[in-house]
Amino acid sequence: MSDFVYLYRGGSVANSPEQMQQVMQKWMAWFKQLGEKNHIKDPGHPLERGGKVVRGKQKTVTDGPFAESKDIVGGYTLIQARDLEEAVELSKGCPIFEGEGTVEVRPVMLMDM
Amino acid sequence: MDPSDHLFRREAGRMVATLTRIFGVHNLALAEDVVQDAFCRALEVWKFRGMPENPSAWLMATAKNRALDVLRRERTARTFAPELGRLLSEWTLIPAVQELFESSAIEDDQLRMMFSCCQPRLPEEAQVALVLHILCGFSVGEVANAFVSNQSAMEKRIARAKKVLANSKKLFDVADGADLAARLPAVHRALYLLFNEGYHGASAESSIRAELCHEAMRLAALLREHPSTSTPPTYALSALMCLHAARLPARLGDSGDLRSLLDQDRSRWDAKLIAQGEKLLDRSASGPEITEYHLEAAIAWAHSTAPRSEDTNWGLIVSLYDKLLAIRPSPVVALNRAIAIGQHQGAQRGLEEIGMIADSKRLAKYPFYHAALGEFELRVGKQGDAREHFQHALLLARNREERQFFKQRIGACEVSEPGEAT
Repeated sequence: MSDFVYLYRGGSVANSPEQMQQVMQKWMAWFKQLGEKNHIKDPGHPLERGGKVVRGKQKTVTDGPFAESKDIVGGYTLIQARDLEEAVELSKGCPIFEGEGTVEVRPVMLMDM
Repeated sequence: MDPSDHLFRREAGRMVATLTRIFGVHNLALAEDVVQDAFCRALEVWKFRGMPENPSAWLMATAKNRALDVLRRERTARTFAPELGRLLSEWTLIPAVQELFESSAIEDDQLRMMFSCCQPRLPEEAQVALVLHILCGFSVGEVANAFVSNQSAMEKRIARAKKVLANSKKLFDVADGADLAARLPAVHRALYLLFNEGYHGASAESSIRAELCHEAMRLAALLREHPSTSTPPTYALSALMCLHAARLPARLGDSGDLRSLLDQDRSRWDAKLIAQGEKLLDRSASGPEITEYHLEAAIAWAHSTAPRSEDTNWGLIVSLYDKLLAIRPSPVVALNRAIAIGQHQGAQRGLEEIGMIADSKRLAKYPFYHAALGEFELRVGKQGDAREHFQHALLLARNREERQFFKQRIGACEVSEPGEAT
């Protein structure tokens, strides 16, 4: 088994309480399904939209990131899967795709000892 | 969480009502933004971490914190609720807001909002749309869908209504007994219309219909819980809703076909709701006033106590319709009375009574007017006339179930026409 990170970007915000509840229930169902098959190492967290960006040798601090909401990472999950192929396959159940969002699947680099 | 539990929707109404009390009714849009924001946070956090143990409390606490932020940030730029001057001082801000989020206060806020939505300056249909939008958390699109109305027309109607509401200076004062008593009939009427839209309305989706009925019943329960609104008409209205809602599961047959009251499988009526309706009807029987809700509830009760349709006490039902027609004359009531007379004294009498309905022109677009004529014509053996009436009803049918039902009735005319087969 290897570890993977799902990075979630975008996904439309539903605009009525009923639709929001439905979106949430879909996410919870998807997580439940992954959890039952022991694919979730850490469900992760959502991330606040705004923060600070520190950059350069000067360590300049600016507000940000300012990007379009479809490009901002909205949360992450730590996944366990056999290989990248399986991790990708598992991500396809994510409800984010219904709202035109993306899931970036990144293998966690481990040190062979 | 049970998907049929409309938690977000229900909480949306409570949160908007409370925040509007804090911000003032002129800041209704701000209250709605704060609620939207709280739901966005709930959606994000819960989808990763699961639902908290008490989701309602979580949502309310989030709304409360956002409200405090807004009050701190904007108190110099905006005026908030005029009756809540003490929100202006940092020292009293937190305890004051805390108090407003007490659960008993929240119940009162919903009542305040309900009465505020039902103001006489708004046409009845706008009041109902506003109640559904603000207190039941339906988006404009969902309200339009529920009323089978065009989205942009509904958008305009709700926007206009909100403007009237926001311009009304302050929320309705539920502590003023005289004002409350004067406005209560309008609130009853709005809840009645909301329920009827679910029960008789044009929406084809039975889930939407059941939701509208359910929302009306929930708001009626709020009226029953408050000492100054738990009046006999409130009980009568609630009884009527329970007794009708009890039949919802039997309205459609196994193949999704519409069933008339007389053809329903009565074993599918909800016995618990019938019992509750009976109890509420008992409680409504006090005081000098007999309202249309008392009479309609009594009619529904008369149906619900007949084990088979042939056991129906039509004599009693006709006399109740007589009284109903006297206090609320309308062509639809007159039609229902005529149908009851036809059941009681024969199809010919039914046809005569339908023929005597004053203002029957207003029924011309109502498919069940033509269907009633068809039914009685069929019974007196005039298949040709009956078929014409059913065909007319079919043209006016508002959804698939109704179309299917009238087609089946047209079929019944063909089958029993003598000589047709030769």
